[in-house]
Amino acid sequence: MELAFALAIGALTASGVYLLLRARTFPVVIGLTLLSYGVNLFLFSSGRLVTGGQPIIGSTSQYSDPLPQALVLTAIVIGFAMTAFVVVLALRNLADNEDDHVDGYQSEPKSRKKTEDAEVSGK
Amino acid sequence: MSLPLVVLLPFLGALAAPLFAQGGRTAIAIASSVPAIIALAALYPHWPTLADGGVVLHSYEWLPALGISFSFRLDGLSLLFALLILVIGLLIILYARYYLKAKENVGKFYSLLLCFMGSMLGIVLSSNLLLMLVFWELTSLTSFLLISFWNHKQDARRGARMALAVTGGGGLALMAGILILGNIVGSFELDDVLAAGDLIKSHSLYPVALTLVLLGAFTKSAQFPFHFWLPHAMQAPTPVSAYLHSATMVKAGIFLMARLYPALAGTEQWFYMVSFTGMATLLIGAYVAMFKHDLKGLLAHSTVSHLGLITLLFGMGTQLAAVAAVFHVINHATFKASLFMAAGIIDHETGTRDMRRINGLWRYMPHTATLAMVAAASMAGVPLLNGFLSKEMFFAESLQLNLPGFWAWVPPLVATLAGIFAVAYSARFIHDVFFNGKPVDLPIYPPHEPPRYMKIPVEILVFACIMVGVFPAISVGPLLYAAAAATLGGPVPEYHLTIAHGFNLPLVMSFAAFFGGLLMYSQRQRFFDFHARFKEIDEKAVFEAVISWLTTSANRLTSRIENGSLQRYAALLVISVLAVAIVPLTSLGVFIGENGLSPIDWPTLIGIVVLILCALATAVLHRERFYALILLSVVGLLVSLGFARFSAPDLAMTQLSVEVVTIVLLMLALYYMPSWTPIESSTSQRVRDAVIALAAGTGMTLVTLAMLTGPFTSISEYFLENSKPGGGGTNVVNVILVDFRGFDTLGEITVLAIAALGIYAMLKNTVLTPPPGDGQGHAWNRDAYPLMLRQIARPMLPLALMVSAYIFLRGHNMPGGGFIAGLITAIALILQYIASGMIWTQHRVPFRYHNVIGLGLLFAVIAGAASYSFGYPFLTSTFDYIKWPVVGKFEVASALVFDLGVYLTVIGATLLALVSIGRLSPHSAIKSNKESA
Repeated sequence: MELAFALAIGALTASGVYLLLRARTFPVVIGLTLLSYGVNLFLFSSGRLVTGGQPIIGSTSQYSDPLPQALVLTAIVIGFAMTAFVVVLALRNLADNEDDHVDGYQSEPKSRKKTEDAEVSGK
Repeated sequence: MSLPLVVLLPFLGALAAPLFAQGGRTAIAIASSVPAIIALAALYPHWPTLADGGVVLHSYEWLPALGISFSFRLDGLSLLFALLILVIGLLIILYARYYLKAKENVGKFYSLLLCFMGSMLGIVLSSNLLLMLVFWELTSLTSFLLISFWNHKQDARRGARMALAVTGGGGLALMAGILILGNIVGSFELDDVLAAGDLIKSHSLYPVALTLVLLGAFTKSAQFPFHFWLPHAMQAPTPVSAYLHSATMVKAGIFLMARLYPALAGTEQWFYMVSFTGMATLLIGAYVAMFKHDLKGLLAHSTVSHLGLITLLFGMGTQLAAVAAVFHVINHATFKASLFMAAGIIDHETGTRDMRRINGLWRYMPHTATLAMVAAASMAGVPLLNGFLSKEMFFAESLQLNLPGFWAWVPPLVATLAGIFAVAYSARFIHDVFFNGKPVDLPIYPPHEPPRYMKIPVEILVFACIMVGVFPAISVGPLLYAAAAATLGGPVPEYHLTIAHGFNLPLVMSFAAFFGGLLMYSQRQRFFDFHARFKEIDEKAVFEAVISWLTTSANRLTSRIENGSLQRYAALLVISVLAVAIVPLTSLGVFIGENGLSPIDWPTLIGIVVLILCALATAVLHRERFYALILLSVVGLLVSLGFARFSAPDLAMTQLSVEVVTIVLLMLALYYMPSWTPIESSTSQRVRDAVIALAAGTGMTLVTLAMLTGPFTSISEYFLENSKPGGGGTNVVNVILVDFRGFDTLGEITVLAIAALGIYAMLKNTVLTPPPGDGQGHAWNRDAYPLMLRQIARPMLPLALMVSAYIFLRGHNMPGGGFIAGLITAIALILQYIASGMIWTQHRVPFRYHNVIGLGLLFAVIAGAASYSFGYPFLTSTFDYIKWPVVGKFEVASALVFDLGVYLTVIGATLLALVSIGRLSPHSAIKSNKESA
């Protein structure tokens, strides 16, 4: 069980990191979301993997650890806020630079060509 | 109490002094002298103790854990320096009254001067080395401000910057040295350090500590090769030069060597480093002084030379040399301060300091000329003046060094040569300025004597030169003895303070220097011609070049690391995290703790395998953005199932609802974005990224595995036990959120609110035109709001609201609560936006979401603050049971109000974010307008 769980966190992290290193905003956002799944699961698992032990008083004999759960609950919501913020950054970047590259432009010669094109079409 | 008071008084005076600036220069000068006079009076009662070789200690705790304390220590050496600082400081205060012009900012000047005085006193009176370091840096800072007092002059600013760079840099070295010393000794208290001399000197780090401490001392005391800052600091007003650059600050480095003499001196390293530095400084300063046409430039280089002399004396390592060094500190301070003041008077009365123009002043100001000539004679080492006595001791000591063979001749020769130079430049100072024909083209003509009181400080100092010169044993004997005893930290060797020791070799050297110097001066034109053949090194240009080289190389390095590519930053970030983690990880290995692995059931295994496959597939297929998004949603759903599987119902519900909102959000974003990611990175870069990602994933797997199988202790027992009796709820997670850790939650919903408002601000006035089709050439569906969806969505709203109310109310006892209920409400509303469009929904949901967020935060804060009115701390909750008709017994907890705040904030933030994005498209408004019409 623990091994499978650990592998799942590893897979989430690896995919998340790989996407984080991409050059376009959308994959980066996806990567961040995957990473936050991994981190949330990791934090949650610091209370160990308990079966049938929901921390509702009186519902079971052995409770799982409620503290990491409370932490992760807010982390999920904050993670959503962060994702939304990053998405909006990406959209604003797209609106301002007409490009979804993470640096706002692709590379020097390309963007120069772009402006030249724009000038030509403007004429 | 009196010692901290002595240090504190000038600082208090610095605060008070500007208040007297309105009253004119006399008022502020009198006010500024009060702290110094009180400080002198406070030191006086300690004299009997100190004369017997005693020590006065006053100590207060400051940061005991770091070994820093407010401890002050007064012994003979610190008394000598304190007296120099206070007495010369008083004279400077009087002198500056006449030197400064009425329109100048005298308040700033006196305030800074007193700050400097306090910092200097702090250095000499601190018993804790770290405390001393604080004052040491303070003198660097205040001297920077004093040198640049005329900050409209570029030269003044540059000179001040150079002085700060050199002395501040030395201060850093000193700090490192002191930390090493403290580490060796185990204490930063001076008494402990001085007593541990043998331990320090035998320690393997001794050479490092010594070098660092000496770097601090040499930079401060303008020793070669750091001497260049002192002449450039002459851009300061002359009272500052007279105070800082002759008597006090440049002596701080000397003081440090004297102070740590018992702890550091007496080794070969000390001897070679200190004596050779001193010797080089002595010669270079004296030589350059000869050729300076600027009056203050001559004095500055002469100061460099004399500081080198004192350093050389300390370097010799013999006890008598140390006594001579202390003696010369006193003598140099008196004659050099008076010479600077005289130079200031001449500058003041003639308008220039160029010795080629100021000639024959004897006719115009005989009184000042007499004083300056006596002081200059003392500088040259003429008998019956104090400079002669210590120089004689210096000559004698230079003969006593037991160096092998040829080297034995070096110190006496250097000493005599420096003596010749000293006589020559002193002669130049006297002859060029006061005789040598008539003044040439003076800005102020004719010059005349300065105001009466401006000469008084000079008179007092010159009088001291003569008194010490003629009656050394009576005038300075006891003080010198106490200071020497404190420096050596033990018995003082026998020495005699008399005018002459009879006819001996040192006297011959003195005469040789005297006549050699006069001869040199008479032949000065040849030397000037000789000197003119060499190109003079402009230290300022070199310094500026070094600084600009440093700046450009730092910039180059920065731009190499920081090239503006987010991809590179992200890669560097992950790589550095890996680099930090790799050492503990490799020692961990594949670690399976004592708890071992538990068996796995089939459904869980399948779920986890699907999760892993989907996660990897998201990365592999990420170019097809829509597919990646679908796969991502599968991962999210499996994560929420995982939470449910492992006993976290609240998390499962939260994850599920957040998942829905997130996917809607990303779909919305994808509407504006290209649907396809082009291949841009090279294969090698992708392989590199894959390796980094794989390493990160492996690391996380190993850490998780090690954690999950390791022993488990938790602090959660408290929460489980107190949830019901203390928080009134059985859902421990919810009670933690709204009660035990309510303050955290308040912070978190505030972050949520800020993020939403940030999104709103970023997208306000932004317009984004979505691409006309889906990227594969298919146009969007013309029916923007399909009928079926609309018909299903509308009745969903009241149902969903009811569910969320239920989830909200039961949250304290069952899985649920404000976060989840808020998300459910938000989803229900978002569904209306999707199904029926912006205008339609806005029309029926007439809230501004900013206000909803504000209301939510307000509720949360009020719920927290309400407990104040009952005398409890912030966010204390209470609960009670009331009987409602029909419903029956119902629990009401004050935390419910707090949770309501959470609920509202979540709704407001989520909707504000999504609506802001939805509103981006110029079409959405038009379309929905049509729709509603």
